[in-house]
Amino acid sequence: MTTPGESASETWPLWEVFVRPGRGLSHVHVGSLHAPDEALAVRNARDLYTRRSEGVSVWVVPAAAITTSDPDAKGAFFESPAGKDYRHASHYSASNGVKHL
Amino acid sequence: MSVASADVAEYATWLGDDSLILAQRLGELISRAPELEEDVALGNIALDLLGHARSLLQYAGTATAQNEDDLAYWRTEPDFRSAHLMEQPNGDFAHVIARQLVSAHYLYELYARLQASADLTLAAIAAKAVKEVNYHRDHAAQWTLRLALGTDESRRRMVAALSDVWPYVDELFRDEPFIDRLDGIAARPSTLRTAFDAAIEPVLAEADLAVPRGFTAAGGGRRGVHSEHLAFVLAEMQVLTRAHPGAKW
Repeated sequence: MTTPGESASETWPLWEVFVRPGRGLSHVHVGSLHAPDEALAVRNARDLYTRRSEGVSVWVVPAAAITTSDPDAKGAFFESPAGKDYRHASHYSASNGVKHL
Repeated sequence: MSVASADVAEYATWLGDDSLILAQRLGELISRAPELEEDVALGNIALDLLGHARSLLQYAGTATAQNEDDLAYWRTEPDFRSAHLMEQPNGDFAHVIARQLVSAHYLYELYARLQASADLTLAAIAAKAVKEVNYHRDHAAQWTLRLALGTDESRRRMVAALSDVWPYVDELFRDEPFIDRLDGIAARPSTLRTAFDAAIEPVLAEADLAVPRGFTAAGGGRRGVHSEHLAFVLAEMQVLTRAHPGAKW
């Protein structure tokens, strides 16, 4: 499998785009795009992902710089918490008189 | 919206036609830009310009009880007041960028000044447009740098494009007699040149491009005298409305 942005038919590298929709919110991944360098990547992101006033801040990250978990190892990575309900706080009952919980 | 006087309407038509014709030229690039992302970027710029054209032509139309569509689709070539720069064919991507570099720097200085116009409608249109053309300026400058400082081939194309476009710069800064009657309302074209040069020259210097020194095009767009290109632009822009008057979708 080739890494996106690295095949011969794609002349520009791939960038992942994160947009912060408003003050106090965190940047959220919205998609990806191609651009020749970081300055144009952030401008392309503005044109592609903030056309309808979606954000107040944009991050772009080279897709090649992101290290991902192995999709084939999903079981080993993500199934372990199954059955370990005690990791959730749902078994605690709220004490009387505690506000704002 | 207030009603424009005949002189103000003429001036608004200048500005509106510049944006309309440039937007139409950029619209031709949809699906033809070098990359999908650039296609969207140029399409956005075209839509910004079309928005300015609509506001300006709507205002111009108040003088003669016409709407923006009447002015865009039912006037003929000698009625258009756009500068020759705007109707120049797209050519290759470097030519598109060179035309954008010049037009966006001109439009930025124009609208920056026009925000202080005594005509409140023009001032309001300018205040909205100046932010958008500031981005167009940046977009063109970014590409100018990359093409001029990229490969030998991209540099050759950028140098050729700049020298092809530059003869049309002069017309943008020529005063027509009626401008004298719009003191305090219009941004006198000749007074924008210094600011234009001060803004564009550092971009050219950073891109290692010399300001071309060649001939100056005759111009005449402000008086309705156009190059052979405008008629083809209008034919494509107007054909649908003229074939199906009043059509809606």
